[in-house]
Amino acid sequence: MTNESNGNGVSTSGHAPTTPLSIDTVNKRVINSEYAVRGEIVQLAQKLARELEEGKGSHPFDKVVWCNIGNPQILGQKPITYFRQVLALCECPQLLEHPGIRELFPSDVIARAQLLVKQIPGGLGAYSDSAGALIIRQLVADSIARRDGYPASPENIYMLDGASPGVHYMMDLLLRETRDSMMVPIPQYPLYSATLTLYGGTLMPYLLDEGAGWGLDVAHLKAQLAKARDQGLCVRAMVVINPGNPTGQCLSYQNMRDVLSFCHEEKLVLIADEVYQANIYVGNKEFFSFKKVVCDMGLLEEVPLVSLHSISKGFIGECGRRGGYMEVTGFPEAVKDQILKLASINLCPNLSGQICCALMMNPPQAGEPSYEQYRAEKSAILGSLKRRAELLVGALNRLEGVSCNAAEGALYAFPRVTLPAAAVAAAKKLGKQPDWLYCRELLAATGIVVVPGSGFGQADGTFHFRTTFLPSEEDIVLVVEALAKFHAAFLAKYGGLTEAEVKADLAAATGANSA
Amino acid sequence: MSRNAANRLVSALFRANQQGLSASWSVGGTRLKSAMPQPTDAKDDDLHHKDGKVLHPHLINENVLKTQYAVRGELYLRAEQLRKEGKDIIFTNVGNPHALGAKPMTFPRQVLALCAAPFLLDHPRVSEMFPPDAIARAKKILAAFKGGVGAYTDSRGNPLVREEVAKFIEQRDGVPSNPDHIFLTDGASVSVRLCLNAMIRHERDSILVPIPQYPLYSASIRLYGGSLVGYYLDEKAGWGLSAEELRRSLKEARDEGKLVRGLVFINPGNPTGQCLSRDNLAELIKFCYEERIVLMADEVYQENVYQDERPFVSAKKVLWEMGEPYRSQVELLSFHTVSKGTAGECGLRGGYVEMTNIHPGAIEEVYKCASINLSPNTMGQIALSCLVNPPKKGDPSYEQFVAEKAAELASLRRRAHMVTDGFNALQGVTCNFTEGAMYAFPQIRLPPKALEAAKAAGKAGDVFYCLKLLEATGISTVPGSGFGQEEDTFHLRTTILPREEVMTHFVEAFDKFHKDFMKQYS
Repeated sequence: MTNESNGNGVSTSGHAPTTPLSIDTVNKRVINSEYAVRGEIVQLAQKLARELEEGKGSHPFDKVVWCNIGNPQILGQKPITYFRQVLALCECPQLLEHPGIRELFPSDVIARAQLLVKQIPGGLGAYSDSAGALIIRQLVADSIARRDGYPASPENIYMLDGASPGVHYMMDLLLRETRDSMMVPIPQYPLYSATLTLYGGTLMPYLLDEGAGWGLDVAHLKAQLAKARDQGLCVRAMVVINPGNPTGQCLSYQNMRDVLSFCHEEKLVLIADEVYQANIYVGNKEFFSFKKVVCDMGLLEEVPLVSLHSISKGFIGECGRRGGYMEVTGFPEAVKDQILKLASINLCPNLSGQICCALMMNPPQAGEPSYEQYRAEKSAILGSLKRRAELLVGALNRLEGVSCNAAEGALYAFPRVTLPAAAVAAAKKLGKQPDWLYCRELLAATGIVVVPGSGFGQADGTFHFRTTFLPSEEDIVLVVEALAKFHAAFLAKYGGLTEAEVKADLAAATGANSA
Repeated sequence: MSRNAANRLVSALFRANQQGLSASWSVGGTRLKSAMPQPTDAKDDDLHHKDGKVLHPHLINENVLKTQYAVRGELYLRAEQLRKEGKDIIFTNVGNPHALGAKPMTFPRQVLALCAAPFLLDHPRVSEMFPPDAIARAKKILAAFKGGVGAYTDSRGNPLVREEVAKFIEQRDGVPSNPDHIFLTDGASVSVRLCLNAMIRHERDSILVPIPQYPLYSASIRLYGGSLVGYYLDEKAGWGLSAEELRRSLKEARDEGKLVRGLVFINPGNPTGQCLSRDNLAELIKFCYEERIVLMADEVYQENVYQDERPFVSAKKVLWEMGEPYRSQVELLSFHTVSKGTAGECGLRGGYVEMTNIHPGAIEEVYKCASINLSPNTMGQIALSCLVNPPKKGDPSYEQFVAEKAAELASLRRRAHMVTDGFNALQGVTCNFTEGAMYAFPQIRLPPKALEAAKAAGKAGDVFYCLKLLEATGISTVPGSGFGQEEDTFHLRTTILPREEVMTHFVEAFDKFHKDFMKQYS
């Protein structure tokens, strides 16, 4: 690292010798933050995709399969017709005046668009309130109240460009110095580690228990918190991702109560990442929002809670629209004013995303002209996702040295891969993580892009990768075949697995060597 | 159980930090290099909850608390409150043309609708509702946006749109432009913030910002923990910018031990409305070259020019024409948006930054930060595509497009005159002509009695005046203190955006209020 006097563009003598914005003088928190979902492997994949497009180079596959990111529509998932119809009319309201409009759009779509265009001052081309247009926040609040059976207020809703800005706001609010920390699940979605670094805080991990279906153990939370405090950390918040990313588990109601009691007793803000709430694939699990549970417990005013939701996931998958919201409860007004100020610096979230969010929360109802088509599209996508999740996880578990918990929810499988010692050594030689090597070679051999587990965090000595199950049903069969073929070849290349390696891996994953 | 593994991780983290390693701990690849703070004597409780509250206002990030953003500050909140009570409010506090009745341009909205609902393209009657060039453009965009508008794009924005932006810059400036150095963002504000975040490391790092300025700069610099160093624009010289003043403020900053890393200028000016001459721009570039400072060119109002002596010239063009050493050495960040100009598509949130002569490693870092938010919204990107690549002569939409654009620009020019003439007709008010952008920034000489009354109310003089104006007329403006002004002067910012049909009423209401105000406090 260059020191300040020669790295900052101005020497202490007052002269100005060096480049103002060299890599050495970029903010260290920026350099240190990492975001693996779009990291090195993905950049390599982009290069390969370009080469394939331009017919350059020779590759053993004819297309890149993007399993690195939950981006359903790029893999062929169709948007929900109703949402797009309403959006098109809002984006081009002069269509509403066209005499032929009723031939192109169902009447409930037209009515919905008319309402939104009328109620959003200035339409889509005007800045809205920084927290989002009031009508949108009202629609979202009403639907939360219907979901949970408890009231929700538009005053507590902040519309966002996707859910991610909500996480940025919380980091910005809560992190004052490096001692300030947040408890984050390991494995986690790297948005949390990246923003914690960017805003100068410290990540305090709590491990999800792979052996117990990525379970969240409150006794372990307490132990980690005590350890953090012993070390002088000031723990301000806890992050829970439910359903889990990358781990796909779905929290039980009792588990959620325990987490809330923990946050209540320990005076922590709870950041509930609930963007996968519509993605649940097992009959015996049900999504509950933390908002509902905190109300059930009578702790609404006691536990500051941030609940994040997005249009990017679910069966909607409108990632590109960048729409989301957060509901904050148990926050003092003065703190909410600060959130509003932060939001106002970027003026407002994009209006298309806001509208799409309101539509997600208020879909067509039974009896309305669009209802049947909406219901059919929704259940087709969710049904297919469930089949793909089962197919992928089943196939992964049949591979030698690979084990994968069921994807109860979300859009990902996070298999553990036992790697031969020679592969670990080869990675070390390259200065890379062993799981990176695996993913790198997978990409080179098959064109399948997945993210190394190290980007999400994993127990020492274990290796994972995250893959979505978003390729279409025809494609996922090919993905599974290619993966199996690659995996066998990889093991063979690095001398295969010994029984001891498999055992050691299992031990590392389950903590079986603990007392 | 997995606790052992967790403990191993945590102890590794602390061990590494105690050893002062730069790459301390990894949850695999997720390194955390931030230095571990020293435990202090303060009890944890004092730091993480107060009065029984975890989220106590005293316990939130100081940089957040200290950030001020006047465009949506006290005046705006009061105006919102009055609006809720049923009063008619004219929102001239923010450059938000559609909110005041500006109509969106037809062509871009047609393209947006078709991209949003591609099934319309297959409808037999589509050509009755959309012109063929809008249909063709939508098809081209949909082919380039893999997965359509519902998929995340590259975090820098879609490659086709970035190429269109580069071509636009090349045609505008006659200078090569590299799409890999162009990042699309949700409005230009996000571009500005991405760059500032990369530049500011600590409190000593400073950015030179014009006073008066657009508060995005003061707010973001504060938020990222840096320092703002003001250089004053000369109101008497039409808000001119002088090299002398730049040197003065740079010297002052360096004398205080500050590290000046960037210089912001806004052309045409916000809130001040001046258009910079080519000579002025050359001076800025020379200054940044000599002092090794990154030049940040806020050029979002480049279409909004209401005089003919000084048409808009981009900093990039001047930089190029100055030749070496400037051409290949001065580091330049240029910002543009769909929110301003004649499009005024604020709500769609589209913008870009072009990075000229920026270190590739620094660009990579900005890319990474952009990727944490996945991608800019696709509608904003498509609106940007239409802005930089509008219908061409001979295209079916061309005539309408040109007519809409010309009508809006001509109307804005008339309104610029109406507003500034109106101010200059008032006693005790002077206002430079709005040569460009969307604002007038008159100076109001407040009588001593008004200042006393303001003081008694615990308000700054200009805040007091603007609040009274709001209560009396429903006109919502922003006090000059939100932008910065010379001590003991008072200004306000209003947009010139009320439609022409209400502008007469606007000017008259202002006139009446001002006269009453001066009478009351004389």
